[in-house]
Amino acid sequence: MKKYDIESGVKGWFYSKIVREHFLRPKNFLIKDKEKNYRADGVGYVGSVACGDVMQVWIKVDKIKDVIKDMRWRTYGCGSAISSTSMLSVMVKGMKIDKALKITPQNIIKKLGGLPARKYHCSVLGDKALRDAINDYFRKTKQFNRIVKEGARIIDPKTKTTDKDIEEAVKDGAVTLQDVQKKLKVGIGNPRVIPEVEQLIRFYKKKYPR
Amino acid sequence: MDYAAATYVRFEVKKTMGKYFSEEFGNPSSFNAIGLSAKNAVESSREKIAKILGCSQKEVIFTGSGTESINLAIKGIANAMKNKGKHIITSKVEHHAALNTCKFLEENGFEVTYLDTDRYGLVHSKDVEKAIRKDTILITIMYANNEIGTINPISEIGRIARKHNIPFHTDACQAAGFLDINVNRLNVDLMTINSGKIYGPKGIGLLYVKKGILIEPLIHGGGQEFGLRSGTENVPYIVGFAKALELAQKEKNKESKRLKKLRDMLIKKLLKIPKTILNGHPKKRLPNNVNITFLDVEGEALLLLLNEYGIYAATGSACASEKLEPSHVILAIGLPYEAAHGSIRFTLGKKTTRQDIDKVAGVLPKLVENLRCISPVDVKMSTIRELMRR
Repeated sequence: MKKYDIESGVKGWFYSKIVREHFLRPKNFLIKDKEKNYRADGVGYVGSVACGDVMQVWIKVDKIKDVIKDMRWRTYGCGSAISSTSMLSVMVKGMKIDKALKITPQNIIKKLGGLPARKYHCSVLGDKALRDAINDYFRKTKQFNRIVKEGARIIDPKTKTTDKDIEEAVKDGAVTLQDVQKKLKVGIGNPRVIPEVEQLIRFYKKKYPR
Repeated sequence: MDYAAATYVRFEVKKTMGKYFSEEFGNPSSFNAIGLSAKNAVESSREKIAKILGCSQKEVIFTGSGTESINLAIKGIANAMKNKGKHIITSKVEHHAALNTCKFLEENGFEVTYLDTDRYGLVHSKDVEKAIRKDTILITIMYANNEIGTINPISEIGRIARKHNIPFHTDACQAAGFLDINVNRLNVDLMTINSGKIYGPKGIGLLYVKKGILIEPLIHGGGQEFGLRSGTENVPYIVGFAKALELAQKEKNKESKRLKKLRDMLIKKLLKIPKTILNGHPKKRLPNNVNITFLDVEGEALLLLLNEYGIYAATGSACASEKLEPSHVILAIGLPYEAAHGSIRFTLGKKTTRQDIDKVAGVLPKLVENLRCISPVDVKMSTIRELMRR
Protein backbone atom coordinates (compact mmCIF):
# COMPACT_ATOMS: atom_id res chain seq x y z
CA MET A 1 0.00 0.00 0.00
CA LYS A 2 1.27 3.41 -0.86
CA LYS A 3 1.94 5.42 2.29
CA TYR A 4 1.32 9.12 2.30
CA ASP A 5 3.00 11.43 4.65
CA ILE A 6 3.19 15.13 5.21
CA GLU A 7 5.55 15.55 2.27
CA SER A 8 3.29 13.86 -0.27
CA GLY A 9 -0.39 14.34 -0.96
CA VAL A 10 -1.67 17.65 -2.27
CA LYS A 11 0.48 20.75 -2.01
CA GLY A 12 -0.23 22.57 1.23
CA TRP A 13 -2.29 19.64 2.46
CA PHE A 14 -1.40 16.84 4.83
CA TYR A 15 -3.45 13.99 3.40
CA SER A 16 -4.28 12.44 0.03
CA LYS A 17 -6.61 14.06 -2.49
CA ILE A 18 -9.38 11.60 -1.64
CA VAL A 19 -9.10 12.34 2.08
CA ARG A 20 -9.32 16.02 1.32
CA GLU A 21 -12.41 15.57 -0.83
CA HIS A 22 -14.23 13.56 1.86
CA PHE A 23 -13.14 15.97 4.58
CA LEU A 24 -14.19 19.13 2.81
CA ARG A 25 -17.35 17.64 1.32
CA PRO A 26 -18.37 14.81 3.64
CA LYS A 27 -20.86 12.35 2.15
CA ASN A 28 -23.96 10.91 3.81
CA PHE A 29 -23.69 12.47 7.24
CA LEU A 30 -26.81 12.76 9.32
CA ILE A 31 -27.63 16.29 10.42
CA LYS A 32 -28.14 16.78 14.13
CA ASP A 33 -31.68 16.02 15.35
CA LYS A 34 -32.67 14.42 12.05
CA GLU A 35 -32.18 10.83 13.22
CA LYS A 36 -35.88 10.36 14.05
CA ASN A 37 -36.92 11.02 10.47
CA TYR A 38 -34.25 8.69 9.21
CA ARG A 39 -35.82 5.59 10.85
CA ALA A 40 -32.65 3.55 11.04
CA ASP A 41 -32.72 -0.23 11.27
CA GLY A 42 -29.56 -0.22 13.34
CA VAL A 43 -27.47 2.28 15.29
CA GLY A 44 -23.81 1.96 16.28
CA TYR A 45 -21.36 3.92 18.40
CA VAL A 46 -17.64 3.78 19.01
CA GLY A 47 -14.88 5.90 20.53
CA SER A 48 -14.64 8.38 23.36
CA VAL A 49 -14.55 12.15 23.57
CA ALA A 50 -11.65 11.96 25.96
CA CYS A 51 -9.56 10.09 23.40
CA GLY A 52 -10.54 12.51 20.69
CA ASP A 53 -12.58 10.33 18.32
CA VAL A 54 -16.25 9.40 18.42
CA MET A 55 -18.28 7.86 15.61
CA GLN A 56 -21.97 7.20 15.39
CA VAL A 57 -23.49 5.24 12.54
CA TRP A 58 -27.04 4.64 11.35
CA ILE A 59 -27.93 1.95 8.79
CA LYS A 60 -30.93 0.97 6.76
CA VAL A 61 -31.20 -2.64 5.67
CA ASP A 62 -32.96 -4.37 2.80
CA LYS A 63 -34.22 -7.28 4.88
CA ILE A 64 -34.96 -9.60 1.98
CA LYS A 65 -31.68 -9.19 0.15
CA ASP A 66 -29.73 -8.86 3.46
CA VAL A 67 -28.04 -5.78 2.03
CA ILE A 68 -27.16 -2.40 3.58
CA LYS A 69 -29.28 0.09 1.65
CA ASP A 70 -27.84 3.18 3.22
CA MET A 71 -25.48 4.33 5.92
CA ARG A 72 -25.42 7.71 7.69
CA TRP A 73 -22.93 8.92 10.28
CA ARG A 74 -21.65 11.62 12.55
CA THR A 75 -18.01 11.92 13.62
CA TYR A 76 -16.07 13.89 16.19
CA GLY A 77 -12.39 13.76 15.39
CA CYS A 78 -9.58 14.88 13.18
CA GLY A 79 -9.66 15.25 9.41
CA SER A 80 -8.84 11.63 8.72
CA ALA A 81 -11.49 10.42 11.17
CA ILE A 82 -14.14 12.43 9.35
CA SER A 83 -12.91 11.31 5.92
CA SER A 84 -12.69 7.66 6.85
CA THR A 85 -16.27 7.52 8.12
CA SER A 86 -17.46 9.37 5.04
CA MET A 87 -15.59 6.91 2.81
CA LEU A 88 -17.07 3.97 4.71
CA SER A 89 -20.58 5.26 4.10
CA VAL A 90 -19.89 5.25 0.37
CA MET A 91 -18.29 1.81 0.45
CA VAL A 92 -21.11 -0.02 2.21
CA LYS A 93 -24.01 1.26 0.18
CA GLY A 94 -25.57 -1.83 -1.46
CA MET A 95 -23.15 -4.18 0.28
CA LYS A 96 -24.18 -7.59 1.62
CA ILE A 97 -24.25 -7.55 5.42
CA ASP A 98 -21.86 -10.49 5.69
CA LYS A 99 -19.35 -8.62 3.56
CA ALA A 100 -19.84 -5.37 5.47
CA LEU A 101 -19.06 -7.17 8.72
CA LYS A 102 -15.63 -8.03 7.34
CA ILE A 103 -14.55 -4.48 6.46
CA THR A 104 -11.22 -3.63 8.12
CA PRO A 105 -9.51 -0.29 8.74
CA GLN A 106 -7.01 -1.31 6.06
CA ASN A 107 -9.81 -1.55 3.45
CA ILE A 108 -10.90 1.99 4.29
CA ILE A 109 -7.36 3.38 4.33
CA LYS A 110 -6.68 1.84 0.92
CA LYS A 111 -9.79 3.46 -0.54
CA LEU A 112 -8.68 6.79 0.91
CA GLY A 113 -5.38 6.59 -0.94
CA GLY A 114 -3.44 6.05 2.28
CA LEU A 115 -3.06 7.82 5.61
CA PRO A 116 -0.03 8.82 7.69
CA ALA A 117 0.91 5.78 9.79
CA ARG A 118 0.22 7.40 13.14
CA LYS A 119 -3.39 7.98 12.09
CA TYR A 120 -4.14 4.27 11.51
CA HIS A 121 -5.32 3.24 14.93
CA CYS A 122 -7.04 6.27 16.30
CA SER A 123 -8.89 7.72 13.39
CA VAL A 124 -10.21 4.69 11.52
CA LEU A 125 -12.89 3.38 13.83
CA GLY A 126 -15.81 3.47 11.41
CA ASP A 127 -15.73 -0.29 10.80
CA LYS A 128 -16.30 -0.88 14.52
CA ALA A 129 -19.18 1.58 14.63
CA LEU A 130 -20.67 -0.16 11.58
CA ARG A 131 -20.41 -3.60 13.22
CA ASP A 132 -22.06 -2.16 16.29
CA ALA A 133 -24.91 -0.88 14.11
CA ILE A 134 -25.26 -4.24 12.32
CA ASN A 135 -25.37 -6.02 15.69
CA ASP A 136 -28.06 -3.61 16.74
CA TYR A 137 -30.01 -4.53 13.60
CA PHE A 138 -29.56 -8.24 14.35
CA ARG A 139 -30.83 -7.66 17.87
CA LYS A 140 -33.86 -5.73 16.71
CA THR A 141 -34.74 -8.38 14.14
CA LYS A 142 -34.09 -11.19 16.61
CA GLN A 143 -31.26 -12.74 14.57
CA PHE A 144 -29.34 -13.36 17.77
CA ASN A 145 -27.19 -16.13 16.29
CA ARG A 146 -25.66 -13.62 13.89
CA ILE A 147 -24.49 -11.11 16.52
CA VAL A 148 -20.71 -10.68 16.44
CA LYS A 149 -19.42 -10.24 19.96
CA GLU A 150 -16.95 -7.43 20.53
CA GLY A 151 -15.34 -6.86 23.87
CA ALA A 152 -16.93 -4.29 26.13
CA ARG A 153 -14.90 -1.13 26.68
CA ILE A 154 -14.02 0.03 30.17
CA ILE A 155 -15.20 3.59 30.77
CA ASP A 156 -14.28 3.98 34.42
CA PRO A 157 -11.24 1.94 35.40
CA LYS A 158 -11.86 2.55 39.11
CA THR A 159 -15.28 0.91 39.14
CA LYS A 160 -14.58 -1.29 36.09
CA THR A 161 -17.74 0.08 34.48
CA THR A 162 -18.02 -0.69 30.77
CA ASP A 163 -20.07 0.87 28.01
CA LYS A 164 -22.24 -2.26 28.07
CA ASP A 165 -22.99 -1.67 31.77
CA ILE A 166 -24.19 1.83 30.97
CA GLU A 167 -26.24 0.49 28.05
CA GLU A 168 -27.93 -2.01 30.37
CA ALA A 169 -28.58 0.68 32.99
CA VAL A 170 -30.29 2.88 30.40
CA LYS A 171 -32.29 -0.08 29.09
CA ASP A 172 -33.34 -0.66 32.71
CA GLY A 173 -34.80 2.82 32.82
CA ALA A 174 -31.99 5.08 34.03
CA VAL A 175 -32.44 8.53 32.50
CA THR A 176 -30.01 10.88 34.24
CA LEU A 177 -26.41 10.63 35.31
CA GLN A 178 -27.61 10.30 38.89
CA ASP A 179 -29.83 7.33 37.95
CA VAL A 180 -26.89 5.59 36.34
CA GLN A 181 -24.60 6.41 39.25
CA LYS A 182 -27.13 4.89 41.67
CA LYS A 183 -26.82 1.63 39.79
CA LEU A 184 -23.15 1.66 38.86
CA LYS A 185 -21.31 4.23 41.00
CA VAL A 186 -19.54 5.21 37.80
CA GLY A 187 -17.52 8.41 37.95
CA ILE A 188 -17.89 8.83 41.70
CA GLY A 189 -14.39 9.73 42.83
CA ASN A 190 -13.30 9.82 39.20
CA PRO A 191 -15.11 12.83 37.76
CA ARG A 192 -12.94 12.91 34.64
CA VAL A 193 -15.00 10.13 33.11
CA ILE A 194 -18.33 11.88 33.60
CA PRO A 195 -18.56 13.69 30.24
CA GLU A 196 -18.07 10.36 28.55
CA VAL A 197 -20.71 8.68 30.72
CA GLU A 198 -23.14 11.49 29.93
CA GLN A 199 -22.35 11.10 26.26
CA LEU A 200 -23.12 7.37 26.41
CA ILE A 201 -26.32 7.94 28.37
CA ARG A 202 -27.47 10.35 25.68
CA PHE A 203 -26.58 7.85 22.99
CA TYR A 204 -28.33 4.89 24.60
CA LYS A 205 -31.39 6.99 25.42
CA LYS A 206 -31.73 7.74 21.74
CA LYS A 207 -31.08 4.11 20.88
CA TYR A 208 -33.73 2.85 23.27
CA PRO A 209 -36.48 5.48 23.24
CA ARG A 210 -39.17 4.94 25.84
CA MET B 1 -1.58 33.55 12.70
CA ASP B 2 1.05 31.18 13.97
CA TYR B 3 3.78 33.68 14.81
CA ALA B 4 4.58 31.92 18.09
CA ALA B 5 5.79 28.97 16.03
CA ALA B 6 7.98 30.98 13.69
CA THR B 7 8.42 34.52 12.46
CA TYR B 8 9.76 35.54 9.07
CA VAL B 9 13.22 37.11 8.96
CA ARG B 10 12.64 40.81 8.60
CA PHE B 11 14.29 42.78 5.85
CA GLU B 12 16.62 44.85 8.05
CA VAL B 13 17.91 41.70 9.71
CA LYS B 14 18.53 39.88 6.45
CA LYS B 15 20.39 42.92 5.17
CA THR B 16 22.82 43.10 8.09
CA MET B 17 23.55 39.39 7.80
CA GLY B 18 24.24 39.45 4.07
CA LYS B 19 27.95 40.18 3.88
CA TYR B 20 28.93 37.68 6.56
CA PHE B 21 28.15 34.70 4.36
CA SER B 22 30.56 35.01 1.43
CA GLU B 23 32.50 38.26 1.87
CA GLU B 24 33.41 38.54 5.52
CA PHE B 25 33.39 34.83 6.12
CA GLY B 26 36.34 34.65 8.49
CA ASN B 27 36.70 32.56 11.62
CA PRO B 28 36.62 34.81 14.69
CA SER B 29 39.41 32.71 16.21
CA SER B 30 41.78 33.26 13.27
CA PHE B 31 44.64 35.66 13.65
CA ASN B 32 44.17 37.53 10.37
CA ALA B 33 42.19 40.38 8.89
CA ILE B 34 38.98 38.56 7.94
CA GLY B 35 39.11 36.67 11.22
CA LEU B 36 39.37 39.95 13.08
CA SER B 37 36.46 41.49 11.24
CA ALA B 38 34.34 38.42 12.07
CA LYS B 39 35.41 38.67 15.68
CA ASN B 40 34.47 42.33 15.75
CA ALA B 41 31.06 41.52 14.28
CA VAL B 42 30.42 38.91 16.97
CA GLU B 43 31.67 41.09 19.80
CA SER B 44 29.77 44.19 18.75
CA SER B 45 26.62 42.04 18.52
CA ARG B 46 27.32 40.71 21.99
CA GLU B 47 27.79 44.26 23.24
CA LYS B 48 24.48 45.35 21.74
CA ILE B 49 22.67 42.45 23.37
CA ALA B 50 24.42 42.94 26.73
CA LYS B 51 23.23 46.52 26.73
CA ILE B 52 19.64 45.44 26.15
CA LEU B 53 19.80 42.80 28.87
CA GLY B 54 21.59 45.14 31.26
CA CYS B 55 24.51 42.80 31.79
CA SER B 56 28.18 42.55 30.87
CA GLN B 57 29.32 41.09 27.56
CA LYS B 58 30.94 38.11 29.24
CA GLU B 59 27.55 37.04 30.50
CA VAL B 60 26.07 36.49 27.03
CA ILE B 61 26.63 33.00 25.56
CA PHE B 62 25.55 32.33 21.99
CA THR B 63 24.08 28.87 21.31
CA GLY B 64 22.36 27.07 18.45
CA SER B 65 18.75 27.48 19.64
CA GLY B 66 16.42 28.20 22.53
CA THR B 67 16.33 24.49 23.22
CA GLU B 68 20.12 24.33 23.44
CA SER B 69 20.22 27.29 25.82
CA ILE B 70 17.66 25.64 28.09
CA ASN B 71 19.63 22.40 28.01
CA LEU B 72 22.83 24.25 28.83
CA ALA B 73 21.18 26.08 31.71
CA ILE B 74 19.55 23.04 33.30
CA LYS B 75 22.12 20.33 32.63
CA GLY B 76 25.01 22.74 32.98
CA ILE B 77 23.93 23.79 36.48
CA ALA B 78 22.99 20.24 37.45
CA ASN B 79 26.44 18.99 36.47
CA ALA B 80 28.24 21.80 38.21
CA MET B 81 26.19 21.58 41.41
CA LYS B 82 25.54 17.86 41.72
CA ASN B 83 27.72 17.64 44.81
CA LYS B 84 25.70 20.34 46.53
CA GLY B 85 22.28 18.91 45.83
CA LYS B 86 20.06 17.03 43.44
CA HIS B 87 16.79 18.94 43.51
CA ILE B 88 15.38 21.11 40.73
CA ILE B 89 12.14 23.12 40.71
CA THR B 90 10.19 23.75 37.52
CA SER B 91 6.52 23.92 36.47
CA LYS B 92 4.13 21.62 34.63
CA VAL B 93 3.56 24.08 31.79
CA GLU B 94 7.18 24.57 30.67
CA HIS B 95 8.24 24.01 27.09
CA HIS B 96 9.30 20.44 26.29
CA ALA B 97 12.87 21.68 26.06
CA ALA B 98 12.80 22.21 29.83
CA LEU B 99 10.45 19.36 30.78
CA ASN B 100 12.26 16.66 28.87
CA THR B 101 15.65 17.88 30.06
CA CYS B 102 14.36 17.63 33.63
CA LYS B 103 12.99 14.15 32.92
CA PHE B 104 16.39 13.14 31.59
CA LEU B 105 18.03 14.38 34.78
CA GLU B 106 15.47 12.47 36.85
CA GLU B 107 16.61 9.30 35.12
CA ASN B 108 20.11 10.22 36.21
CA GLY B 109 19.51 10.58 39.90
CA PHE B 110 18.15 14.12 40.18
CA GLU B 111 14.83 14.96 41.78
CA VAL B 112 12.46 17.40 40.12
CA THR B 113 9.42 19.20 41.52
CA TYR B 114 6.94 20.07 38.75
CA LEU B 115 4.85 22.89 40.20
CA ASP B 116 1.14 23.10 39.51
CA THR B 117 -0.19 26.34 38.07
CA ASP B 118 -3.52 27.97 38.67
CA ARG B 119 -6.29 27.60 36.09
CA TYR B 120 -4.78 30.44 34.06
CA GLY B 121 -1.40 28.74 33.83
CA LEU B 122 0.20 31.09 36.33
CA VAL B 123 3.03 29.87 38.57
CA HIS B 124 2.70 31.43 42.03
CA SER B 125 5.84 32.58 43.79
CA LYS B 126 4.63 31.26 47.13
CA ASP B 127 4.40 27.78 45.60
CA VAL B 128 7.98 28.14 44.42
CA GLU B 129 9.09 29.11 47.90
CA LYS B 130 7.23 26.17 49.46
CA ALA B 131 8.95 23.75 47.09
CA ILE B 132 12.46 24.90 48.01
CA ARG B 133 14.55 22.32 49.85
CA LYS B 134 18.02 22.37 51.34
CA ASP B 135 19.34 20.50 48.32
CA THR B 136 17.61 22.65 45.66
CA ILE B 137 20.21 23.65 43.08
CA LEU B 138 18.09 25.28 40.38
CA ILE B 139 14.73 26.92 39.78
CA THR B 140 13.63 27.14 36.15
CA ILE B 141 10.32 28.81 35.29
CA MET B 142 9.29 30.16 31.91
CA TYR B 143 8.66 33.89 31.45
CA ALA B 144 5.66 33.61 29.13
CA ASN B 145 3.91 30.45 28.03
CA ASN B 146 4.18 29.51 24.37
CA GLU B 147 0.72 27.93 24.16
CA ILE B 148 -1.55 30.06 26.30
CA GLY B 149 0.53 33.23 26.60
CA THR B 150 0.36 33.49 30.40
CA ILE B 151 3.06 35.78 31.83
CA ASN B 152 4.66 34.61 35.07
CA PRO B 153 5.81 36.92 37.91
CA ILE B 154 9.49 36.33 37.12
CA SER B 155 10.83 39.24 39.14
CA GLU B 156 8.97 38.00 42.24
CA ILE B 157 10.13 34.41 41.81
CA GLY B 158 13.64 35.77 41.24
CA ARG B 159 13.54 37.59 44.56
CA ILE B 160 12.67 34.38 46.33
CA ALA B 161 15.46 32.50 44.54
CA ARG B 162 17.93 35.23 45.59
CA LYS B 163 16.74 35.06 49.17
CA HIS B 164 17.51 31.35 49.26
CA ASN B 165 20.64 31.72 47.16
CA ILE B 166 19.46 29.34 44.42
CA PRO B 167 20.27 29.92 40.74
CA PHE B 168 17.16 30.94 38.78
CA HIS B 169 16.72 30.38 35.04
CA THR B 170 13.88 31.67 32.89
CA ASP B 171 12.94 30.71 29.35
CA ALA B 172 12.11 34.06 27.75
CA CYS B 173 11.76 32.87 24.14
CA GLN B 174 8.16 34.01 23.77
CA ALA B 175 8.67 37.12 25.88
CA ALA B 176 11.61 38.75 24.11
CA GLY B 177 9.46 40.39 21.46
CA PHE B 178 7.04 42.02 23.88
CA LEU B 179 8.27 42.25 27.46
CA ASP B 180 11.04 43.76 29.55
CA ILE B 181 14.09 41.48 29.41
CA ASN B 182 16.40 43.44 31.69
CA VAL B 183 18.04 40.76 33.85
CA ASN B 184 18.45 43.07 36.84
CA ARG B 185 14.81 44.02 36.98
CA LEU B 186 13.84 40.36 36.47
CA ASN B 187 16.18 39.08 39.20
CA VAL B 188 17.29 36.17 37.02
CA ASP B 189 20.64 34.38 37.02
CA LEU B 190 20.16 32.68 33.69
CA MET B 191 17.87 33.54 30.79
CA THR B 192 17.20 31.90 27.43
CA ILE B 193 16.25 33.87 24.33
CA ASN B 194 16.15 32.71 20.73
CA SER B 195 16.10 34.56 17.46
CA GLY B 196 13.51 32.63 15.43
CA LYS B 197 10.62 34.12 17.42
CA ILE B 198 11.63 37.75 17.01
CA TYR B 199 11.96 38.05 13.22
CA GLY B 200 15.55 36.84 13.24
CA PRO B 201 17.01 33.68 11.71
CA LYS B 202 16.25 30.26 13.21
CA GLY B 203 19.14 28.22 14.59
CA ILE B 204 20.60 30.81 16.96
CA GLY B 205 19.90 31.47 20.60
CA LEU B 206 21.59 32.80 23.69
CA LEU B 207 21.91 32.06 27.33
CA TYR B 208 22.55 34.83 29.80
CA VAL B 209 24.70 33.47 32.63
CA LYS B 210 25.27 35.78 35.58
CA LYS B 211 28.86 36.15 36.67
CA GLY B 212 29.69 33.78 39.50
CA ILE B 213 27.11 31.14 38.60
CA LEU B 214 28.66 27.68 38.51
CA ILE B 215 27.90 25.97 35.22
CA GLU B 216 29.46 23.22 33.10
CA PRO B 217 29.49 23.34 29.29
CA LEU B 218 27.65 20.70 27.26
CA ILE B 219 29.89 21.09 24.24
CA HIS B 220 33.65 20.91 24.73
CA GLY B 221 36.21 21.96 22.17
CA GLY B 222 38.06 25.10 21.25
CA GLY B 223 36.75 27.06 24.21
CA GLN B 224 34.64 29.60 22.36
CA GLU B 225 31.93 31.55 24.20
CA PHE B 226 34.03 31.82 27.35
CA GLY B 227 34.46 28.07 27.40
CA LEU B 228 30.75 27.45 27.73
CA ARG B 229 29.92 26.60 24.13
CA SER B 230 32.74 25.48 21.89
CA GLY B 231 32.44 25.54 18.13
CA THR B 232 33.12 28.26 15.58
CA GLU B 233 30.70 31.13 16.10
CA ASN B 234 27.81 31.41 13.62
CA VAL B 235 28.78 34.94 12.63
CA PRO B 236 25.96 35.95 10.24
CA TYR B 237 23.30 34.53 12.55
CA ILE B 238 24.75 36.22 15.61
CA VAL B 239 24.73 39.53 13.75
CA GLY B 240 21.15 38.92 12.59
CA PHE B 241 20.03 37.90 16.09
CA ALA B 242 21.45 41.08 17.63
CA LYS B 243 19.75 43.23 15.03
CA ALA B 244 16.44 41.41 15.49
CA LEU B 245 16.56 41.76 19.28
CA GLU B 246 17.50 45.40 19.02
CA LEU B 247 14.54 46.14 16.73
CA ALA B 248 12.13 44.00 18.73
CA GLN B 249 12.96 45.75 21.98
CA LYS B 250 12.85 49.17 20.36
CA GLU B 251 9.40 48.53 18.92
CA LYS B 252 7.98 46.43 21.73
CA ASN B 253 5.79 49.05 23.39
CA LYS B 254 4.18 50.25 20.22
CA GLU B 255 3.75 46.78 18.75
CA SER B 256 2.43 45.37 22.04
CA LYS B 257 -0.19 48.08 22.21
CA ARG B 258 -1.28 47.45 18.64
CA LEU B 259 -1.45 43.68 19.05
CA LYS B 260 -3.21 43.80 22.41
CA LYS B 261 -6.04 45.67 20.76
CA LEU B 262 -6.31 43.11 17.96
CA ARG B 263 -5.93 40.23 20.43
CA ASP B 264 -8.77 41.43 22.63
CA MET B 265 -10.93 42.08 19.62
CA LEU B 266 -10.41 38.52 18.38
CA ILE B 267 -10.99 37.01 21.83
CA LYS B 268 -14.20 38.95 22.25
CA LYS B 269 -15.50 37.90 18.86
CA LEU B 270 -14.60 34.24 19.23
CA LEU B 271 -16.08 33.94 22.71
CA LYS B 272 -19.41 34.91 21.18
CA ILE B 273 -19.47 31.47 19.56
CA PRO B 274 -21.42 29.17 21.90
CA LYS B 275 -19.53 26.67 24.05
CA THR B 276 -16.12 28.31 23.97
CA ILE B 277 -13.52 28.77 26.70
CA LEU B 278 -10.60 31.21 26.81
CA ASN B 279 -7.44 29.38 27.85
CA GLY B 280 -4.81 31.35 29.75
CA HIS B 281 -4.99 34.55 31.74
CA PRO B 282 -7.32 37.33 30.53
CA LYS B 283 -4.85 40.10 31.49
CA LYS B 284 -1.42 38.65 32.28
CA ARG B 285 -1.11 37.51 28.73
CA LEU B 286 1.27 37.97 25.80
CA PRO B 287 -0.08 40.69 23.50
CA ASN B 288 -0.13 38.29 20.56
CA ASN B 289 -1.70 35.17 22.06
CA VAL B 290 -5.27 33.94 21.65
CA ASN B 291 -6.06 30.40 22.79
CA ILE B 292 -9.64 29.18 22.73
CA THR B 293 -11.36 25.85 23.20
CA PHE B 294 -14.32 25.02 21.00
CA LEU B 295 -16.30 22.20 22.59
CA ASP B 296 -17.56 19.26 20.51
CA VAL B 297 -15.02 20.04 17.82
CA GLU B 298 -11.62 18.47 17.37
CA GLY B 299 -8.76 20.91 16.84
CA GLU B 300 -7.00 19.28 13.93
CA ALA B 301 -10.17 19.20 11.84
CA LEU B 302 -10.70 22.89 12.55
CA LEU B 303 -7.09 23.69 11.59
CA LEU B 304 -7.52 21.88 8.28
CA LEU B 305 -10.63 23.91 7.50
CA LEU B 306 -8.90 27.17 8.47
CA ASN B 307 -5.99 26.14 6.26
CA GLU B 308 -8.42 26.12 3.33
CA TYR B 309 -9.03 29.81 3.97
CA GLY B 310 -5.32 30.54 4.18
CA ILE B 311 -5.50 30.95 7.96
CA TYR B 312 -2.71 29.15 9.80
CA ALA B 313 -3.15 28.37 13.47
CA ALA B 314 -2.05 25.71 15.97
CA THR B 315 -3.90 23.25 18.20
CA GLY B 316 -3.38 21.46 21.49
CA SER B 317 -5.30 18.47 20.21
CA ALA B 318 -3.77 15.02 20.35
CA CYS B 319 -4.56 14.38 16.71
CA ALA B 320 -2.15 17.01 15.53
CA SER B 321 0.74 15.83 17.66
CA GLU B 322 3.09 12.94 17.10
CA LYS B 323 2.37 11.52 20.52
CA LEU B 324 -1.41 11.43 20.22
CA GLU B 325 -1.71 13.06 23.64
CA PRO B 326 -3.33 16.47 24.02
CA SER B 327 -1.23 19.44 25.08
CA HIS B 328 0.36 19.12 28.52
CA VAL B 329 -0.26 22.84 29.09
CA ILE B 330 -3.97 22.65 28.40
CA LEU B 331 -4.28 19.61 30.67
CA ALA B 332 -2.17 21.26 33.39
CA ILE B 333 -4.50 24.24 33.63
CA GLY B 334 -7.28 21.80 34.45
CA LEU B 335 -9.12 21.39 31.18
CA PRO B 336 -10.50 17.88 30.86
CA TYR B 337 -9.49 15.83 27.81
CA GLU B 338 -12.87 16.53 26.23
CA ALA B 339 -12.00 20.21 26.06
CA ALA B 340 -8.28 19.86 25.44
CA HIS B 341 -8.83 18.33 22.00
CA GLY B 342 -10.73 21.39 20.85
CA SER B 343 -8.18 24.07 21.72
CA ILE B 344 -6.88 26.39 19.01
CA ARG B 345 -4.04 28.90 19.29
CA PHE B 346 -3.83 32.01 17.15
CA THR B 347 -0.66 34.05 17.57
CA LEU B 348 -0.54 37.46 15.98
CA GLY B 349 2.47 39.25 14.57
CA LYS B 350 3.85 42.13 12.58
CA LYS B 351 1.80 41.53 9.48
CA THR B 352 -1.46 40.83 11.30
CA THR B 353 -4.04 43.50 10.56
CA ARG B 354 -7.54 44.37 11.59
CA GLN B 355 -8.68 42.77 8.31
CA ASP B 356 -7.11 39.45 9.34
CA ILE B 357 -8.94 39.52 12.65
CA ASP B 358 -12.21 40.23 10.87
CA LYS B 359 -11.53 37.41 8.45
CA VAL B 360 -10.92 34.84 11.20
CA ALA B 361 -13.87 36.06 13.23
CA GLY B 362 -16.00 35.98 10.11
CA VAL B 363 -15.07 32.48 8.96
CA LEU B 364 -14.67 30.61 12.23
CA PRO B 365 -18.27 30.51 13.55
CA LYS B 366 -19.41 28.86 10.33
CA LEU B 367 -16.56 26.30 10.39
CA VAL B 368 -17.22 25.41 14.01
CA GLU B 369 -20.92 25.11 13.23
CA ASN B 370 -20.19 22.80 10.27
CA LEU B 371 -18.04 20.50 12.37
CA ARG B 372 -20.54 20.48 15.21
CA CYS B 373 -23.20 19.59 12.68
CA ILE B 374 -21.44 16.32 11.83
CA SER B 375 -20.29 15.68 15.42
CA PRO B 376 -22.14 13.13 17.57
CA VAL B 377 -20.74 14.76 20.70
CA ASP B 378 -22.57 17.25 22.84
CA VAL B 379 -20.56 17.94 25.99
CA LYS B 380 -22.31 20.30 28.39
CA MET B 381 -20.58 23.55 29.32
CA SER B 382 -21.74 23.02 32.89
CA THR B 383 -20.02 19.62 33.01
CA ILE B 384 -16.74 21.11 31.83
CA ARG B 385 -17.03 23.98 34.32
CA GLU B 386 -17.71 21.48 37.08
CA LEU B 387 -14.63 19.47 36.12
CA MET B 388 -12.47 22.58 35.96
CA ARG B 389 -13.44 23.67 39.44
CA ARG B 390 -11.87 20.57 40.94
